[in-house]
Amino acid sequence: MVASQAPAFLQIKDVVKDFSGVKAVNHVSIDIAKGEIFALLGSSGCGKTTLLRMLAGFSSPTSGKIILNGQDLEGLPPYLRPINMMFQSYALFPHLSVEENIAFGLKRDGMPKDQIAERVEKMLKLVQLGKYAKRKPHQLSGGQQQRVALARSLAKRPQLLLLDEPLGALDKKLREETQIELVNIIEQVGVTVVMVTHDQEEAMTMASRIAIMSEGNILQIGAPSEIYETPANRFVADFIGNVNLMDGTLIDDNPDHVIVECADCKHYVGHGITGTEGMAVSVAVRPEKIHVTREKPDGEYNHVRGTIKDMVYFGSHTVYHIQLGSGLVFKISESNVSRHRDDPLTWGDEVWASWTPLSQVVLTQ
Amino acid sequence: MNGKKPPIFGDAFNRRFGKAWLAAGFAFLYLPIIALVIYSFNDSPLPTTWGGFTLKWYGKLMHDTEMISGFWLSLKVAFFTACASVVLGMFAAFTLVKYKRFTGRTMFSGMVNAPLVMPEVIVGLSLLLMLVSVQRWLGFPERGAMTIWMGHLLLGLAYATVVIQARLQDLNPQIEEAAMDLGAKPHQVFFLVTMPMIGQALASAWLLTFTLSLDDVVLSAFLSGPGSTTMPLVIFSRARLGLNPSVNAVATVIIVVVCIAVVTASYLIARAERQRAREMAAAQRAS
Repeated sequence: MVASQAPAFLQIKDVVKDFSGVKAVNHVSIDIAKGEIFALLGSSGCGKTTLLRMLAGFSSPTSGKIILNGQDLEGLPPYLRPINMMFQSYALFPHLSVEENIAFGLKRDGMPKDQIAERVEKMLKLVQLGKYAKRKPHQLSGGQQQRVALARSLAKRPQLLLLDEPLGALDKKLREETQIELVNIIEQVGVTVVMVTHDQEEAMTMASRIAIMSEGNILQIGAPSEIYETPANRFVADFIGNVNLMDGTLIDDNPDHVIVECADCKHYVGHGITGTEGMAVSVAVRPEKIHVTREKPDGEYNHVRGTIKDMVYFGSHTVYHIQLGSGLVFKISESNVSRHRDDPLTWGDEVWASWTPLSQVVLTQ
Repeated sequence: MNGKKPPIFGDAFNRRFGKAWLAAGFAFLYLPIIALVIYSFNDSPLPTTWGGFTLKWYGKLMHDTEMISGFWLSLKVAFFTACASVVLGMFAAFTLVKYKRFTGRTMFSGMVNAPLVMPEVIVGLSLLLMLVSVQRWLGFPERGAMTIWMGHLLLGLAYATVVIQARLQDLNPQIEEAAMDLGAKPHQVFFLVTMPMIGQALASAWLLTFTLSLDDVVLSAFLSGPGSTTMPLVIFSRARLGLNPSVNAVATVIIVVVCIAVVTASYLIARAERQRAREMAAAQRAS
């Protein structure tokens, strides 16, 4: 007997949110497993926040269903949902102390006083703010406020934790430290998380899976490496990280390899694709997968020729911008594996850029 | 070349001119009040001639039952006006800020604000006409403290709404959402989170409507009945009969009380602000 697959912990089923004719969220379906950290990534206005607000219960879908742990959330107001949210502005209650902020939700549930005290203490310990219990939010730094907000949203042991731009209000240095700390705390608690962010680095480092959204649609769902290495379309390839996109035509289609002809070169791609010969496609190559040499590489595929237009030294790697014959500017990021290059490249040099047959992705849409 | 035009007058002239202008402004505002205070100590019953220093007008005030009962009535009316204005004004402001679309919103907003711009004489007159005919039909309400309170409430409500609305609009809506997200039902959100956060606005609305009611003459004149004369009405009627230093004495007492209240309040607010700024700076440094 084959066991039927259990339904996902959180199911977002064909959800639509229509704002007087504009579809802010357009037929979105996502399944999220228990314990997962799931990120909704997209630029502002892509519908990610609208979707998050529907999960929290602040607005209701025009159509579609949201099912959490087998329970349909339709019609359930925010204060009855087993879901808590950490707001972008933290939204700490300014008139209450840190411990009162954390205890707020527990009191609403009518938890006995001694248990509340115990839970608050545990939460304060979790976010390492024990000695700040009596302080008011304005007496805390931004990073500390963020941890209070996290403790407050975890205090009720929600089935689902929502994070709205969790690190958006912190400065860059603090963000990197907090990112790791936040994930550690979440994993310690073992709560399922849906986060919203416009920062791809934040999504990449924190989430186990990412959904890329644009104009209310989901363009791709996958693990960070999947999204980065095998983007589903041009938008995703361009949105995540840097990429060199070359338009061309599929001239040879084989099960194990294809050949694409572009203006600057012929691509030999070491895997099959679903397409037909003569089809217009794009080939994407990430800058760090490209190698720069003075000499022409062997063979007739996977290299372009150009002049160095720009060169920026970053210490661990150097970024080259190479002007190709077609006018395209090719971005290359070379690791500085040794301390000196025998033959240093400089502005205006004629060079060849090459890559291996497995480093490109062919995009058909 | 610098783009600055050479000043028409020298710096020294500008400085002196600015100071003189400021002094003239202050004189215009406060000389009459200073004169009033000085003349409250005037021994002569004539307001225009100085007859030496005395405190007798203040002594007389102690036994002036008309003035004292007027004062208590004013205080009572002002207290209840302020309380009712803040409560109703809070509801009105809350409705206007939280509900962006409902039938009759524009009309509601206009009606709430109308008393701010409507001449008080018109408001007073129309209220009087209405109350007279209501009384004829129902035998109620008798004109007196109650009707004065109703008139003042009409005005106070408008002011309180404006003050509270401004504060509510500044609130971060995420804070109320956070409360709801944590399990607070809408009424709990209001009483546990919204109200404490707009506390300062409620206090200033209360003080504003209290003073508004305390010194109102026009509405009170229309709405008072026999035996219910507020202090401003007493002062006003006395001034009409001829200026009298006892009125000056009353005014001086009020000025002193108001000054003490204002100075204390500003000092307390400034101290709280400084404290807060220090604590925030300390939190930033500590991180």
